[in-house]
Amino acid sequence: MSNSTITASPPKHAKSGKGKKPASLWSDAWYDLRHSKVFLFGAALALLLVIVAAFPSLFSPLDAFDKSTCDLARARDGLDATHWFGSDNLGCDTYSRVIYGARVSIIVGIVATLVTSLVGGFLGLLAGFYGRWTDVLLSRVAEIFFAIPSILGALLILAVVGRDNAGIGSVVLALSVLAWPLVLRIMRAAVITTKSQDFVLAARALGAGPIRIMIRHILPNALAPVIVVTTMNLGVFIAAEAGLSFLGVGIQSPDISWGLMIADARNRFLEAPAPLLFPALFLSITVLAFVMLGDAVRDALDPKLR
Amino acid sequence: MASKGELILEVRDLVKHFPLTQGIVVKRQIGSIKAVDGVSFDLHRGETLGIVGESGCGKSTLAKLLMALETPTSGSVRVAGKDLATAKGADLKRIRRNIQMVMQDPYTSLNPRMTVGDIVGEPFEIHAEVAPKGDRRKKVQDLLEVVGLNPDHINRYPHQFSGGQRQRIGIARGLALQPEIIVCDEPVSALDVSIQAQVINLLERLQDEFGLAYIFIAHDLSVVRHISDRVAVMYLGKVVEIGKDTEIYDRPSHPYTQALLSAVPVPDPEGRESRERIILQGDPPSPANPPSGCRFRTRCWKAQEICAQEEPLLQIRPGVGHPSACHFAEAHDVVHATG
Repeated sequence: MSNSTITASPPKHAKSGKGKKPASLWSDAWYDLRHSKVFLFGAALALLLVIVAAFPSLFSPLDAFDKSTCDLARARDGLDATHWFGSDNLGCDTYSRVIYGARVSIIVGIVATLVTSLVGGFLGLLAGFYGRWTDVLLSRVAEIFFAIPSILGALLILAVVGRDNAGIGSVVLALSVLAWPLVLRIMRAAVITTKSQDFVLAARALGAGPIRIMIRHILPNALAPVIVVTTMNLGVFIAAEAGLSFLGVGIQSPDISWGLMIADARNRFLEAPAPLLFPALFLSITVLAFVMLGDAVRDALDPKLR
Repeated sequence: MASKGELILEVRDLVKHFPLTQGIVVKRQIGSIKAVDGVSFDLHRGETLGIVGESGCGKSTLAKLLMALETPTSGSVRVAGKDLATAKGADLKRIRRNIQMVMQDPYTSLNPRMTVGDIVGEPFEIHAEVAPKGDRRKKVQDLLEVVGLNPDHINRYPHQFSGGQRQRIGIARGLALQPEIIVCDEPVSALDVSIQAQVINLLERLQDEFGLAYIFIAHDLSVVRHISDRVAVMYLGKVVEIGKDTEIYDRPSHPYTQALLSAVPVPDPEGRESRERIILQGDPPSPANPPSGCRFRTRCWKAQEICAQEEPLLQIRPGVGHPSACHFAEAHDVVHATG
């Protein structure tokens, strides 16, 4: 390093630590996350659930979809060595059904989150960046969807769309239709804040076009709040899927869903609590895992919201 | 140094009014903020024009107009003969190569998610014809070296640099397209005094090296005097006095300029006692509703009937060697006056 040039100053770090590398927002956030017990716990749990959802046969010796494994004679039997979580009304093994039920929850959570984030994020970027009538139009449309009470709206959509093709697709559609306006609002607000910053003005002065300004300058600086909402939405959607399935408009038998299992077991709860309690427990743990993940990501990316 | 080069920037009757609207659904215009109201000046190659004035006088709006970041309400900005105000698309892009900007705050003017190399190299990506792809990295490193930064730091992020270094990055970005004009909008006011001197010296060195012309906007009169060949004084959207730096500083003729200069801090406590201080009464009037006639008359100790009725034009007045917009212009050395 020559003497005539000026070397970079020692980095500033939000939380001063010894020997830490200089950091940007993302590496700062990543540092915070790696040292957050909540995040590590939530991430481990979420990872485990994703693996369970992807390869349920690794965790359950019985195939829950194979009806021949059910034995009506064992209906509502208690827990034992081969049927860890007991059996349900039809004598099917609750443990294998709980394991196989993870897939629906995880798929609905991830796909609905992706759809809402992409649609809401993209439209929010347009609304915030172009402003004027684009913003008026998109924001008003979003507000119309926002005004629909979520459970009622989902029931309605599923009653219409889901009548002929019930299943994961309809549930994802119902949740996405109702949830994208939230992402749009958050993205729009973040874009408007970023748009007025000096470095965007500097890019315009250089002659940068709108696409370059949006992708290179605004998006990377406006993404943090959307990532926070996205992570939080995962848990919310999983809970919502269970709720809709419980109400009988979501996933339908013979597909397996925790909400559906809870609904099936509720009438005989006092007699046989296990077929209701175990899916409920797994549902709670799953939602908790993603909510913890969302909380940790929010703390790391957006300390102001804490 | 001000040997007059060719004319490269010509600003004529530049006006920017921001509409004031009322109503939510149907917007009615109920007035306008006259941020810049009829500004004209010339800039020659290699020259520095300082623009001074208090907060809210329209300096920064003027800078944005010069950079085509705002569209003027009327008037023209000609860069090397081509009108920036009406140019569009590819024409505008070509003109922009000739006029670049250094912004005020080095902490907000650099994208925190881009490396220094990307920031300084972005002009080449936008104006791909300036540098072929393979040369760009080398060019960026050259630019960093020119502004006194270590070219090895090309992959670092802005937050890893100090304020002065960041401003150097901003200057390197401004230089990338080899413009003839650089608009500096308060380029040192966010920096420490010691760093200010470094950056000013860098700007002066670059001017000699590349023959740049600067529009140097600031409210620090001593900085402006140091760097400028000519100085324009703005008040409420208008230029009230313009002339060579020596004319403005030693023989100010407009009462506002005199008041402004009398407020410059004097480092010598002895001289401070004896020198003249002009204290203005009141605040600047609202640019939405400027006074009739002379805009300064509400705060001027010389104001007469004529000042309210007739607007004083910016022209050479008897006994004053440079244009001044005052009916009662009279050269009077404030800075060196004693007793």
